[in-house]
Amino acid sequence: MVNEKQITEAAEQLDHHVAEIINWHFSEKTGSSFWLNWAKEQSWNPLEEVHTFGDLCAKFPYFEDGWLRDLPNEVWVPKAYAGRPFNIFETGGTTGMPKQRIGWDDFRSDYTEFSKTLNDEHFPRDHYWMMVGPTGPRRLRLAIEHLANERGCSCYFVDLDPRWVKRLIATQQFDQARAYMDHVVDQALTILKHRQVSALFTTPKLLEALADRRDLVKAGIKGVFCGGTTMDKQYARFLTEEVCEDGKIGFVPTYGNTLMGLARHRPFGPENDYSIAYYAPQPRAVLRVVNSKGEPVEYDQWGRVELTTLTKEFFMPKFLERDEAIRRKPWSEAPWDGVAEIRPFGAMEKKIVEGVY
Amino acid sequence: MKTIPHLPALRLGEPYQSLNHSEVIDYRDGTIRATLSQVNPGVIRRDLKNISSARAALQKFTSTELLDICRKAGDAFLNDNLPVGNDGLGQGPQQYIETLSSTSGLPHIMVRKNMEKIHFALSNMSTILNGLTRGLDLEVLDRGYGEQSGSPVCFHPTTKALGLVMPSNSPAVNSLWLPAIPLKIPVIMKPGKDEPWTPYRLMQAFISAGCPAEAFGFYPTDHEGAADILRLCDRALIFGDKSTTDQYAGNPGVQVHGPGFSKILIGDDEIENWEDYLDVMVSSISENGGRSCINASAIIVPKYAREIADALGKRLGPIKPMPVDDPSALLSGFANPKMADWIDSAIDSDLEITGAYEATAPHRDGPRLVKAEGGTYLRPTIVACDSIDHPLANREFLCPYASVVEVPQIEMLDKIGPTLVVSAITKSESFKNELLLDSRIERLNVGPIPTMKISWDQPHEGNLFEFLYKRRSIGMAA
Repeated sequence: MVNEKQITEAAEQLDHHVAEIINWHFSEKTGSSFWLNWAKEQSWNPLEEVHTFGDLCAKFPYFEDGWLRDLPNEVWVPKAYAGRPFNIFETGGTTGMPKQRIGWDDFRSDYTEFSKTLNDEHFPRDHYWMMVGPTGPRRLRLAIEHLANERGCSCYFVDLDPRWVKRLIATQQFDQARAYMDHVVDQALTILKHRQVSALFTTPKLLEALADRRDLVKAGIKGVFCGGTTMDKQYARFLTEEVCEDGKIGFVPTYGNTLMGLARHRPFGPENDYSIAYYAPQPRAVLRVVNSKGEPVEYDQWGRVELTTLTKEFFMPKFLERDEAIRRKPWSEAPWDGVAEIRPFGAMEKKIVEGVY
Repeated sequence: MKTIPHLPALRLGEPYQSLNHSEVIDYRDGTIRATLSQVNPGVIRRDLKNISSARAALQKFTSTELLDICRKAGDAFLNDNLPVGNDGLGQGPQQYIETLSSTSGLPHIMVRKNMEKIHFALSNMSTILNGLTRGLDLEVLDRGYGEQSGSPVCFHPTTKALGLVMPSNSPAVNSLWLPAIPLKIPVIMKPGKDEPWTPYRLMQAFISAGCPAEAFGFYPTDHEGAADILRLCDRALIFGDKSTTDQYAGNPGVQVHGPGFSKILIGDDEIENWEDYLDVMVSSISENGGRSCINASAIIVPKYAREIADALGKRLGPIKPMPVDDPSALLSGFANPKMADWIDSAIDSDLEITGAYEATAPHRDGPRLVKAEGGTYLRPTIVACDSIDHPLANREFLCPYASVVEVPQIEMLDKIGPTLVVSAITKSESFKNELLLDSRIERLNVGPIPTMKISWDQPHEGNLFEFLYKRRSIGMAA
């Protein structure tokens, strides 16, 4: 059980980190041109008025995702990183310009940290992994390889282009979408047939498709690290009980993206009706569940997911994700708010194209 | 407080309570009458991998034993208190009638009639199978081969399961899949959203009669799940509108039960006696609330269209909603009031096109769409059309609706298009012969027989035996 002391300490740590990051990004010595110029246009000074996470939420407006589409990448380079080539990672882009985030070492830090949450039984060290999912311009591809390497493993890759899948589904070319998914699964099964693989990273739907065609336990899979599309309670239960055969394969759902990093899940099961709650890698990133006024909703209520990223490489305050979730209480291993049962924002009102990613 | 039943999915007979629930609501006030376990499509795909065990469970029985089970299941369906949901709740026949009525809008009397039809089908399954197989000794199916009319015959199943994507409009459509059980083919079903009651009760009746539970898959699911049932069962039935029909046209594994466009044709030789046939027309149009594909949706005549339309308008126009438990109730409420709105506005909009008028309107005290008895209803509508090409001439709606159109007898068969049931009122041998040769009529009644009258020993819409079994040539060494 989490106690008040843990919660208070985590909040203090976050406040301390916020102050450090604000000082970094709004200092002429270390900050990026984007934030320095932005601050000049404001009637207030972040360096003077933002010392805590509460201050940040009160003072900063929502981050505009258009900034990541329209502005050149260089504006986001903190002066302290000047001269170092950066990675360009993308998210979105099914139609039009994708959002781009630049980075250097954040993905390594995030996934090194995440590795500590995996157990050796399901994710054995010094073996082989396979990622079946979106590679290309995504941070995830390098991140998964780093995670595998971090555990002494090497990783095979089978690519899936989610932008194409979404287009196929949006234009109701379901046969083509299925054929493409079969093509991806075929390649993964070929690797499984000819190589020893103990851990998989994939999306829920691809995991299910793989398991439809091959007994994953017999194929030697011990752990599955899974993320990408909505997993409601029933789907999480199905993947746990039936696809992963009730623990024979360790099932590790995650919530993450290029802008945040990776949120870990709190153990779930029949005791909580398979409601999966995710906890951001605080203080490097903070997730809140907010109402239309931007205020946190009550615990166990639905709201929109808001992300704040707080690293020296990237500062992104109050970005409204295209997801909604239930706000959950702090947990002893992550004594801050969690976000549960994530689904596309407005999923109950309209049909959302998710595809296989 | 009254307990709201929860209907679990049946995973090859095993009750499975999903974490996702859908609600079955009262069509009048939206109160929840049941919740359903809504399964993700993966559950169905996974179960279909194990379908051989379900088939093996049925194979252990002889056809004679399964026919006996059908008889007992029919009695249980009609009379017994059967499990409803997974909390030990039971449902007697009267409760079934009331509950189904409350979610489908069908008045009690119609539910009762549908119930009796299903009971009849189960009680007379050997007659039905005799019709479907054209007199095959069912021991041939038990052994896999045998003799018929002195010739060796051998049949093999075309599928391990019959997939079903069911509608909500009328309980008796369930009678279409019933022969699959004595034919030893398990069923994998997505029930209709508003009508899970009949298939669930039928499955429980079968199980109580000794049928292996493994033979039944009951999967409330989404569109993807329905598509998987159709894709993964090598043989499946789907019920839907024309867009559904078009989607699966040409797919030999999917038998589509769409609109019937059933019609009454009156020949030149009988048209002067049209008044004698008004009762046949009225019952063909309005029985079962006008909801069936075998309800007549057009009356095609060589002359007197206006007179006939006006006479039908006079008979049908005054019919109005009655309390659901009134034995004289003739109309069904709409579980989805938006559907009633759509139909009402579609008819009105097409009536603005020259060449048609509504013959029921002068005899109806108020609009077609009415809120009454706590629900939404469409009152009967007869439209006289000048031409078969008028948009309202060959339409089918989920209410007592028919057009009356003048077409010269010589042109009738060229113009009626695909028709599930034709009742041809004629004594002319030549017209009869033309009708007998027409390939677009699924069931032909010759004479003043209501379109609703079908024969259980003759399939009127696809032959389930021929769908589920294929004959092959066989040789056996002595």
